[in-house]
Amino acid sequence: MHIAEGFLPPVQAGIWFAVSAPFVIHGARQVVRLSRESTETKLLLAAAGAFTFVLSAIKLPSVTGSSSHPTGAGAGAILFKPPVMAFLCTLVLLFQALLLAHGGLTTLGANVFSMGVAGPWAGYGCYVLLRKVKAPWWAAVAVCMAIADLATYCVTALQLAIAYPDPQTGLMGAAGKFLSVFAFTQIPLAIGEGIIGVLLFGFLRRVAAADLFRLGVLSAKEATHA
Amino acid sequence: MPENLNPPATHRSTVSPPPPAVTVQDAPAERAPSAPTGPRMKPWVSLLLVLALVAVFAFSVILAPRTSDEGEAFAGTDSVVTQILEDRGVEPWFEPVFTPGSGEIESGLFALQAALGAGALGFALGNLRGRRVTQQ
Repeated sequence: MHIAEGFLPPVQAGIWFAVSAPFVIHGARQVVRLSRESTETKLLLAAAGAFTFVLSAIKLPSVTGSSSHPTGAGAGAILFKPPVMAFLCTLVLLFQALLLAHGGLTTLGANVFSMGVAGPWAGYGCYVLLRKVKAPWWAAVAVCMAIADLATYCVTALQLAIAYPDPQTGLMGAAGKFLSVFAFTQIPLAIGEGIIGVLLFGFLRRVAAADLFRLGVLSAKEATHA
Repeated sequence: MPENLNPPATHRSTVSPPPPAVTVQDAPAERAPSAPTGPRMKPWVSLLLVLALVAVFAFSVILAPRTSDEGEAFAGTDSVVTQILEDRGVEPWFEPVFTPGSGEIESGLFALQAALGAGALGFALGNLRGRRVTQQ
């Protein structure tokens, strides 16, 4: 999902910065507020950030013969609501842009929007919906993680299509072309990320049930029957 | 069993909560921390999940189409897209501030990223577990 350095026209790069900035600033304030709440919350924040940091470093093979990396942004979205992920993903993307020449400073705004805003919100939306219809926690977690991952790559494809519409087939043609590179490759990774998410939350529900209740992830009933 | 090991945030933020109402409302919350641990996933469930994870990527490798000689197998999607753009004559207008000198250095830095992340994740999760164990 990293749009390479310098590959978005300057005006569009600027627009994506302007779009992402409020989310990142709001997210940063949330992170500061949460980290003052309690040591356990701080540890969970660190876990959410570290989770994204690890997963986005690992490139995995996929059925299409390409490789890609998961985003891990769904976990933090469930724990702390999506705004926090805008900030945490910015840190990850900044690290990769500066040290790995992966993504870039000029495309940071666009990449933060796909990975830190669109992905977490899409995943979190599915999570809330599934919890509303009383789906089991593991299903909600798995779907959230997978959708956060997939949505990120779909948004990247759209961003590229807006920047470079196909001369013949226009915006939709270009979107289809970029989606064909990103979306299919991402499906097994999204499934894998869903599985990892269930393992992570299975652990967290065991060791941090009280903290998950305080953050509103677990209902009182779930936390006590835990 | 102590009733209020980990009072919810509402207790701290409210200046003087009307005691009876809050007690009733937060009763489940106070029981929650006293439960020593949450439900443990059955070990075989965790094992199956890990096996499923391995299977997903094993199948991905097996089912992936064989690439022709010139194409790199399992090229990253990000670089595939960059290649498509370059083929269409798109010139990047900005260069990365720092580029790892070779693929080896780059994968080393990726390993560093994963190691830092895994270290922090392990610290946080281990610390949370330790806290729960000492609370018992």
